[in-house]
Amino acid sequence: MSGTDLPVLLPAAQRLTERARREREVGGPIPRLQARHGVWLAVILIFSAGAAGAQAGAEQESVLSIMLKWTPLLLKGFVFNLAISFLAMVGGTIVGALLGIWQISLLPPVRAGSWLVTQFFRNAPWLVLLFFCMFLLPFQVEVFGLVIPLPDWIKATFGLALPVMANVSEIVRGAIQSIPSGQWESSESLAFNRRQTLWQIIMPQCIKRMLPPWMNLYAILTMATVLASVVGVSEVMTLTGQVLSAEGGRTDLLVPFYSYILLWFFIYCYPIARWTVHLERHFAVKT
Amino acid sequence: MTATQAWTTDQPIVRIADVYKAFGAVDVLNGVSLNVMKGEVICIIGPSGSGKSTLLRCINALVPINKGSIQVEGQEVHDPKLDKLELRKKVGMVFQQYNLFPHKTAVQNVMMAPITVLKQDKTEVEARAYALLKKVRLEGKEHSYPGELSGGQQQRVAIARSLAMNPDVMLFDEVTAALDPETVKEVLVTIRELAEEGMTCLLVTHEMGFAREVADHMYFTDRGVIVEQGPPKEFFANPKDPRTQEFLGQIL
Repeated sequence: MSGTDLPVLLPAAQRLTERARREREVGGPIPRLQARHGVWLAVILIFSAGAAGAQAGAEQESVLSIMLKWTPLLLKGFVFNLAISFLAMVGGTIVGALLGIWQISLLPPVRAGSWLVTQFFRNAPWLVLLFFCMFLLPFQVEVFGLVIPLPDWIKATFGLALPVMANVSEIVRGAIQSIPSGQWESSESLAFNRRQTLWQIIMPQCIKRMLPPWMNLYAILTMATVLASVVGVSEVMTLTGQVLSAEGGRTDLLVPFYSYILLWFFIYCYPIARWTVHLERHFAVKT
Repeated sequence: MTATQAWTTDQPIVRIADVYKAFGAVDVLNGVSLNVMKGEVICIIGPSGSGKSTLLRCINALVPINKGSIQVEGQEVHDPKLDKLELRKKVGMVFQQYNLFPHKTAVQNVMMAPITVLKQDKTEVEARAYALLKKVRLEGKEHSYPGELSGGQQQRVAIARSLAMNPDVMLFDEVTAALDPETVKEVLVTIRELAEEGMTCLLVTHEMGFAREVADHMYFTDRGVIVEQGPPKEFFANPKDPRTQEFLGQIL
């Protein structure tokens, strides 16, 4: 390392090497969302809104007041996106963690099976999985005489949880296998059995390695929730489309509205990205 | 249950008979036999790749053997129905790379196995852990994490961690090989004290001076067989086999 901690002061090649090393360490791309990206979005929003305002005649409503008028509705849609992302993440993480542990099982069928499921859902396009779930899941299920309806958004959550599950599985497997084999060996020589070794020795060391890629995955998932608009869930993208047609399909409103939505996603994802970077640094120093 | 024959102290505590081990096509052990009596300290030396570390790992069943037999206190280690818990309570092992648990403090490292595996009482184990760390001269370092300790200190925590299981036999696998010269001594002092207290020790080492001083019996291995053995005085003074002569000539 050179004498500086500030990445800007490092020559480009060194900076790239350093970044590659850290990405290898966490086992995936590290989000590099920066505050200036948000500033760019805001600039685009303001300019496009200004342009739209200039084009509009004096008798028309101003762009700003149109956007304000629809904000409560759009926010409702956005909350829906967040709910989908949250539920898909929880479900995907629980099942994915199990799959990841099964991938290092000593039983060959369990290991092969979980590997296959992981690879299948990790390499399938998210949108295809989403369509699969939309059309294959029934609109309601009956459990012990109790009829549980499955609205579209629940099905979309399932569809998004599948790739999350597969990615979490790989994060867990990768983290477990990145722990030096000496840890297994010394635990074994201290009479720990495999389960005790996994839960008390290996997993606690994995958590910090898994956290950054896991949060990264959540940010990706949040942005992917807009895919649900393709299958007709009334989330923020669907609603924006409806709002635009309600406003008479004015083309000058397209850019302001969509950059408005983009800005919301930025505001939500930016702190997550910052926090991920912070955690990653925190753990990098400790070991 | 594991076949455990009645074992008495006049019999070897570790009995290794004609052991073969291959990793794939590579033969590592080609018929090794040796016996260790209770309280004895034996040192195994030899060029790298001669199977020294593998032999130690076979004794506590970290590595399964292909042929032959190993007994520890009469317990058959090569038995497929081996009670590994029972064996590993008897055999402690210390590694070249320390392998401490980095997410636990020194005292937690020492306490973990007795609490988790042996289900012993926490306060009793804690008192013992503090005493053990004091014994290896790490008073005041109880709450340091491995990352905050020097190599020699980490290795002494690793020794204390093994001792916490109250083993009857200790295996030391090149425990000073990864250390700075100045910290080697503190680890060797700890091992010598253990040996003087009557602990049965099997050491794989490159520290010839230490081996000569502490060992009751020396073994020289090359290409998976024991080439020469004997009491250290004789072994170092006039080695008989040309391979031993050559090896000692290079090292001393």
